[in-house]
Parts: sequence; structure tokens; C-alpha cells
Amino acid sequence: MNEGLRKAMENDPKVLIMGEDVGKLGGVFRVTDGLQKDFGEARVIDTPLAESGIVGTAIGLALRGYRPVCEIQFDGFVFPAFNQITTQLAKMRMRSLGTLELPVVIRIPCGGGIGAVEHHSESPEAYFTHTGGLRVVACSNPSDAYTMIQQAIECPDPVIFFEPKRRYWDKAPVDRDLSKAVPFDRAVVARPGEDVTVLAYGPMVKTSLEAAQADENHSIEVVDVRSLNPLDEETILESVRRTGRCVVVHEAPVFNGYGAELAARITEKCFYHLEAPVLRVGGFSTPYPPSRLEDHYLPDLDRVLDAVDRTFAW
Amino acid sequence: MANRQHGGGPEELLPAERPVRFLTDTGAAVRGRSRYPLPSPELLRRAYRAMVVGRRFDAQATALTKQGRLAVYPSSHGQEACQVGAVLALQDGDWFFPTYRESMALVTRGIEPTEVLALLRGDAHCGYDPHRHHVAPQCTPLATQTVHAAGLAYAERRKGSGRIALACVGDGATSEGDFHEALNFAAVFKAPVIFLVQNNQYAISVPLDRQTAAPSLAHKGVGYGIRSERVDGNDPVAVLAVLTAAAEHARSGHGPFLIEAHTYRLESHTNADDATRYRTDAEAEEWRRRDPIARLEAYLRRRGHLTDEDTAEAATAAEDFAARLRTAMNADPELAPLGMFDHVYDVPTPQLDEQRASLRSELEAEEALA
Repeated sequence: MNEGLRKAMENDPKVLIMGEDVGKLGGVFRVTDGLQKDFGEARVIDTPLAESGIVGTAIGLALRGYRPVCEIQFDGFVFPAFNQITTQLAKMRMRSLGTLELPVVIRIPCGGGIGAVEHHSESPEAYFTHTGGLRVVACSNPSDAYTMIQQAIECPDPVIFFEPKRRYWDKAPVDRDLSKAVPFDRAVVARPGEDVTVLAYGPMVKTSLEAAQADENHSIEVVDVRSLNPLDEETILESVRRTGRCVVVHEAPVFNGYGAELAARITEKCFYHLEAPVLRVGGFSTPYPPSRLEDHYLPDLDRVLDAVDRTFAW
Repeated sequence: MANRQHGGGPEELLPAERPVRFLTDTGAAVRGRSRYPLPSPELLRRAYRAMVVGRRFDAQATALTKQGRLAVYPSSHGQEACQVGAVLALQDGDWFFPTYRESMALVTRGIEPTEVLALLRGDAHCGYDPHRHHVAPQCTPLATQTVHAAGLAYAERRKGSGRIALACVGDGATSEGDFHEALNFAAVFKAPVIFLVQNNQYAISVPLDRQTAAPSLAHKGVGYGIRSERVDGNDPVAVLAVLTAAAEHARSGHGPFLIEAHTYRLESHTNADDATRYRTDAEAEEWRRRDPIARLEAYLRRRGHLTDEDTAEAATAAEDFAARLRTAMNADPELAPLGMFDHVYDVPTPQLDEQRASLRSELEAEEALA
């Protein structure tokens, strides 16, 4: 993430970083570490502590040609900015018949699994995918973090960028050649397989890959959805038509969650290829529980494999 | 620890004890010197003419609403001094952030009235090109545009452009969180932005004393380190004097400026509202006596800056303006339904393309039947 942001700032002097503690501290997760030192206080801006103000002033800056990248400190703190994001950021292009462009990126560390207190483990993606005018993406690994953040910053549309916070510590080789990178609105097959498609994004991609690795009975294909809006149906439908079975996995509550959109779309467009209904794995419809209970809440390898087994038992 | 952003004490930021006034209710000059320079006769003459045209435009838009030509129209009748003053205090390159009640200000800015009214007629969410006029789309949620104005003004400061922004809000919007975040961000970033609060005494039906317990709305700026002032919003000379000083304050690098203008909307909130349910005729009458146009006319005539020919010319210009608007609004522009998909994203998403195709086949089926 840090290298990707640095690259974007080097490439375009209009790129600004704004947020709470993003300067000297480098953000609470140190994602912006060292950037203020190298690019100065005018480009890496510690803002007052007010999320609506951060997004609102970013909109004003974008109106005059800047490309602000706003850091929301934690998923649960994005809601004071919800009005600015959904009624202003998302709608300005259409409101102005295309004359006002807002290339603003809102970075949101998301999801649970780090033993955090309340409001620090949420998965609010469905609130944003429901709103036309926003692009919503989630990275799942270090290489995508590096490339997707740069693609998001280059994008002329507003982008909600989800970063699975428990994967911040993951280590993996990063391909730095941006020209070879998959466009950030495309899904990718993270692991090819033949018997069943597991669709996941953000933190659940790794969990799904581990499940696929562990399953000795089935050949599981894992598709990293990456872009929740727009949705790369081509890649997803091709996979499901091939395997005939599909399990959707996310951390957010299953009820009315993003997986419902995937399941409905796949059912409509792959009906005659399906051997079983699309099954969903996700969180419960409770507020996120206290962290000592989160292992019971979060989907894990066993719940993914259980759903896979159920699609075969249908 | 004293804040290094603001060197002086709070008394430098405080508004005057009474709203700044240059004119009495009948348009005589008030005694004593003001801390604000008197606007030039030329500027005041322009303001007079713009207010006469603006009021006629407003009356015509209200009439068009009654005829069903507009879905809704929030009138600013009674607030002409603020509507016109806000625009005349700005230069062409400065940015204006209006609410839904600023239609009069927008025509004063030179935007075609049909483009201004496209929002209220339901043709488009914004009928004019914001870049061409340096005017943001009219805002219907309260105070959301104030943070945009703070951000844009901050951008202008970073560029060293010398341009400023002015954001309008009403008294009700000063209770919104965004108003406070905007004041705070603007002050911390030293953004060259004017926040003009038209305190017309009611947020639809709710009076000011249910909105705030502050000594005045202008006092709200002081807590953020913002130079603040209150002004008789029906005194066009005072409004222009304070706005001109505020623009200079912002343009010369002193950061934001908050103005509370005391005024009154003589009509209901919109045509859908009934003001008799929450305020008395006597109260409205009291404000009608402080008519900004009559006051400025009396003042300028007394000083020899306005003649019968001038007032006749303004009246004719106003009638012409209204007549052109009536004709233009009688035309029914064809709207392209598929256009709703055009500007959601830079490039439509596959999902939007699918939805557009579905609407297109509906339209084609309808056409085949017709």
C-alpha cells in the first residue's frame, strides 16, 4: 500500500493524502509511513478529526483538479462521512451532466480478525455498492494493494477502496510493472479448479485459498472478485458455468449482504449450468461481537468447506 | 497553550454588538462612521437594478409554479439584498456555492434563467455548466456544500490564484454538522472562503430560538477562530460593505469570514408550504417595511445617484426579463430518457449498459405501440 501510494504521488503532483494521523505518525496502520517526510505537509495533510469534513473538503479540492486520497482511520468511522460520500461524491458527475469530475479515493481499512474493540472490525461494503456513481473495490494481497491503489487514484471516478486490515502484515512478491497489471475493475481467478467456484474478496480470499488447499475431495476454483461495483460478470459467470457450483464468501452479514447480489445474478445468468443453489457464507446479522468472540463470528476455512460440501450434497 | 494559528484575542473575531447598518428602515443614512467603507455609487446602482430584475424573476418563477410549469420554487422575495450582494461582491473567477434558495443570485451571476430553473422544473439536477460560471450545483441537502467550498477555497489558496469562494446557507443549516466541520476546516486551512448565513428567521416553520441558543449565528465563527460579522440583511449598502470587506479579507490571505445577515423570506418556504401556520401577518408586515429595494432607492435618489429614468429603465428590464422567461418556460424540451445512464461514471459499467438496454427496449416497445 505504502509503495503504491508513494508511486502515485511521484507520478502525479496533484495526488494528495488526507486524513487523521496520516502525517508524522504515518497512519494508525503506518500505511502512509514516511510519505509526509518525503512529500511535505502540503501533500500529506493531517486534517481535523471529522470524517465528513475530510471527504467534503476532498470534494472541493477535486473540483479544482486535485486527486485526494482520503484515509478513514477505521471502517466503523466512515459513517459520519456517509452523507458526503453517497449524496455528494457519488452524484456530482451526474448532477452536473458530466462537467464535474471527482477523482477522490476513500481508503477504508476493513474487516475483523485483529482483536479490536467495537467499531474497528466492520465490513460496510454493501452500503456503498448500493449507490450508483461509486466504484467499490477490495484488495486481497500485497501485489493487488500496490497496483490497485494506483489504478484507483488514476481513475476519474470516486473509488471506495477497502483494505482488509488483518492482511496488512501479509508478505508476498509484488509485481511492480503496472503496465502488465489486470485492470482494477476485473476479477481474477486466484486459484484454478474444476468442481466448484468460490467467490471471495478482501480478507476472505486468503481464507478461501486455504480452504481450497485443504480440500482433498474437490477441486476448488477461487475467484477474487476485487471490484464489487462495477462487477466483472464475464470472469465470474465463465467460472460458474464451467464448475456448475458456487459458494460466495464475505465477512459482512449474509442477510442483505453483497453476496445476495452475486447469488441472484449467477442464478439468473447461469441457471441451467447450476447443479446446486448458490450458497453464501458470511457473518451473522448481529452487531460485530466483542473480539474474544470474533472467531465464532468470522467465516473460516471450515465454514467455507462446509458450504462446498453442501453444494455437492444437494 | 495559545493557538499559533490565531495570534490575537477573540475580541478581534467578534461580530458587532448590533448588526451593521448603513441605512435606516426608510433609507436615510445612519449617523456615525462605520468600520466598513461605503460601497461606490456605481456598485449600489448595479445592485439596485439587479434587485429589481431579481424580484421580478422571483415573482415570475412563483407564478410559473402556480401554473404547473415548475415542480417547486423556493422564493427569496425579501432577501434581494443578500441574493444580489453575494454575487456582486465576487469576481468572475471566484466560486459561488448556492443552496436551492439562491435562484435569484444565480440569474444575477448571469446564468440563463431557464438553466437555473432546470432543477426545479425536473429537467436536470443542474441545468448550467458549473465551470463556465464558477457556480457549484444548487444544493438541496443542508450545509453539504459548505465543506466543498472550504476544500475548493483551500485549493485556490494552494494554487495562489487569488480566487475566493462564497457559500450560502440559511439559519437552519447552521445546526448541521457539515456547517461546523466546514468552518473548522476552513479556519485550520486558512481557506479564502466567505460563509454567508441568510438568517431569514425560520427553517421552514421552526424559528431561530429553536435552532440555537447562541448569542447570534455570527458568534459561531468565533469558536473556530473565524472573523465574524452580523449585518442588516435588508440594507443593501451594509450587505455590500461587509461582503466587500469579507472578500478582501479572504483574498488577502486572512482566511475565512462568516457573515450573518438578518433578513426575512416574505413568501412561504416553497409553494408547498403555508407560512400562516407558523407566523403572523403582522410580523411579515414589519419586515415588508424594511424592503431592501425601497430603502436603496430612497438612499440613492436622495444622493442624486438614481433618477426617474433609471428606475423606469430597471422596471422595463425586469418586465422584459420576465417576458422572456415566460416564453422560454412555455417550451417543453424533449428529454432523452437514456441520458440518465450517461454520467454516472466516466465510462458506463457493464451493469449500467445492461440496464440501459432494458430501458431502450421498453422505449422501443412503447414507440411501436404509439
